[in-house]
Amino acid sequence: MLDWLHIAVPPAPALFGQLLIGLINGAFYAMLSLGLAVIFGLLNIINFAHGAQYMLGAFCAYLILNYLGIGYWPSLLVAPIVVGIFGMLLERFFIRWVYRLDHLYGLLLTFGMALIIQGVFRQYYGSAGQPYSIPDLLAGGQDLGFMFLPNYRAWVIVASTVFCFGTWFVIERTRLGAYLRAATENPALVQAFGINVPRMVTLTYGFGVALAALAGVLAAPIYQVSPLMGSNLIIVVFAVVVIGGMGSILGSIVGGFALGIVEGLTKVFYPEASSTVIFVIMAIVLLVKPAGLFGRAA
Amino acid sequence: MNESATIRTVRRLVLLIIALVVPFVFYPIFLMKAVCFALFAAAFNLLIGFAGLLSFGHAAFFGSASYVTAYAAKTWGFTPLPAILAGTAVAGIMGVVFGWLAIRRKGIYFAMVTLALSQMVYFYALESKYTGGEDGIQPVPLRDVFGVIDLNQPLTMYYFVLAICLLGFGIIYRAIHSPFGEVLRAIRDNEPRAISLGYKTDRYKLLAFTLSATLAGLAGATKALVFQLASLTDVTWQMSGDVVLMTLIGGLGTIWGPVVGAFISITMENYLAELGSWVTVIQGTIFVVCVLVFRRGVVGEIVHFINRRQRRPRLAEEPRTL
Repeated sequence: MLDWLHIAVPPAPALFGQLLIGLINGAFYAMLSLGLAVIFGLLNIINFAHGAQYMLGAFCAYLILNYLGIGYWPSLLVAPIVVGIFGMLLERFFIRWVYRLDHLYGLLLTFGMALIIQGVFRQYYGSAGQPYSIPDLLAGGQDLGFMFLPNYRAWVIVASTVFCFGTWFVIERTRLGAYLRAATENPALVQAFGINVPRMVTLTYGFGVALAALAGVLAAPIYQVSPLMGSNLIIVVFAVVVIGGMGSILGSIVGGFALGIVEGLTKVFYPEASSTVIFVIMAIVLLVKPAGLFGRAA
Repeated sequence: MNESATIRTVRRLVLLIIALVVPFVFYPIFLMKAVCFALFAAAFNLLIGFAGLLSFGHAAFFGSASYVTAYAAKTWGFTPLPAILAGTAVAGIMGVVFGWLAIRRKGIYFAMVTLALSQMVYFYALESKYTGGEDGIQPVPLRDVFGVIDLNQPLTMYYFVLAICLLGFGIIYRAIHSPFGEVLRAIRDNEPRAISLGYKTDRYKLLAFTLSATLAGLAGATKALVFQLASLTDVTWQMSGDVVLMTLIGGLGTIWGPVVGAFISITMENYLAELGSWVTVIQGTIFVVCVLVFRRGVVGEIVHFINRRQRRPRLAEEPRTL
């Protein structure tokens, strides 16, 4: 009776399959745009190296597995810490010098850093991807009847949601987060209250970078580990950030997931547009609400 | 004609003569590439240096014009001039649309919006059936200009390219030294003030964006003929980054900075080609160095040095950073 529906609606497994892929992509958009928003909030810098730092996270996991035999689970902790410390060094020795300049210099500086990091890794590992296998615990999957759900993908969605909302909780609901938000509003005043703002800035940058690296480790078994894995992704994330507006932590999380899903659905209904749909949405948002959906007018 | 105007005329003549004789010393193909990129960078600089808008997506205009020109010449059999015109016109139209969207935001958001829009163009070029995918459009046939000028001669081609690019530079020079250019500078330095003086700043910004995009397109269109090739490289974000770098090395907001920067960058690319990915690392390092310690760029530093020695701040020509 409802046969005619099958012309318009694709078979359920394909639909849910793409929805899942969209949700996974959305998880990475959310984690990366969250990191960008946290960094931007305090440093007023758009971290162009975010994609490269995401790649560093994946590579860190890959390298410590192959040279030190450290597996996936410890990597989830080790890689973000290592890459986060690297980020803090970058902040301390380079980025710090451009705070007093026009914000565009921060963008150019971190763009240069991204080129350096990606160039070095491409020199040693080429452009091809290195495989990183799924941890044994999460191998296999569940047959949900309407679709097959690989365990690892389910884990990525759960884990990224937890990390994102954990970050949101720390920033919006704890004392530490209150200091952070205060320093975003008025760093001089917060400094006058005896809080070491420069150190807070360094730690915040390190945290944002660590979040990118964590996303990289989560991504390693799904996408292959390659030097350029973050370079196109970061541009999509920029579009996500423009759509969501940088003012809101929650906005970047929700926006990231939502846009991933939209992208997945586009792949089902109009595949030709799937790689550009987020940019089109960005254009529409700019027309309707230039400050971004969750943003405050600048 | 006062003294400084005479000096300026002489200086221009000398530069023109140099431009005319260099192909006897250096490879014309290298020079043509450098001249095209110099125009590209100068067009980009019109926006960042004089209107204070950092576009991180200028490759979209450069590359699209290059594709349209190549397609028109190859598939429709256009002769070089109409082909270049077609490419430039498309870049101009895209400039209107992208500019109209992008000027709604400022600063880094503007940069991110232009970058995202250009990435859309990249994906279109990657998947469209008109662009030849990874292969691009090649070889682009070179028909005679006006039925007599044979562009297959490298020297003839060089003078043809030089003429087109000089036309482009002339337009940029006029724009900067016109009341329009003054208004742009006023907007760059203090937009609320320009608004309060009654200027419709959005219109000026859109006009500057369109002009910049059109001239970037002119550079891309010419480049397609020089290499007889339009490829994906021209629309990538790396290309957008390249043009930012050229302008930064030469000096933001200076007339000659982009030209000098383009020559330095192309020369470097030429000599470092065999180093593979280290080129990217070197480019990144130059970005970092320029931002941290060398914000005026080569030409900017020279002008600054001369001004300081003469102890007369000529405000109009004092190079500024953002």
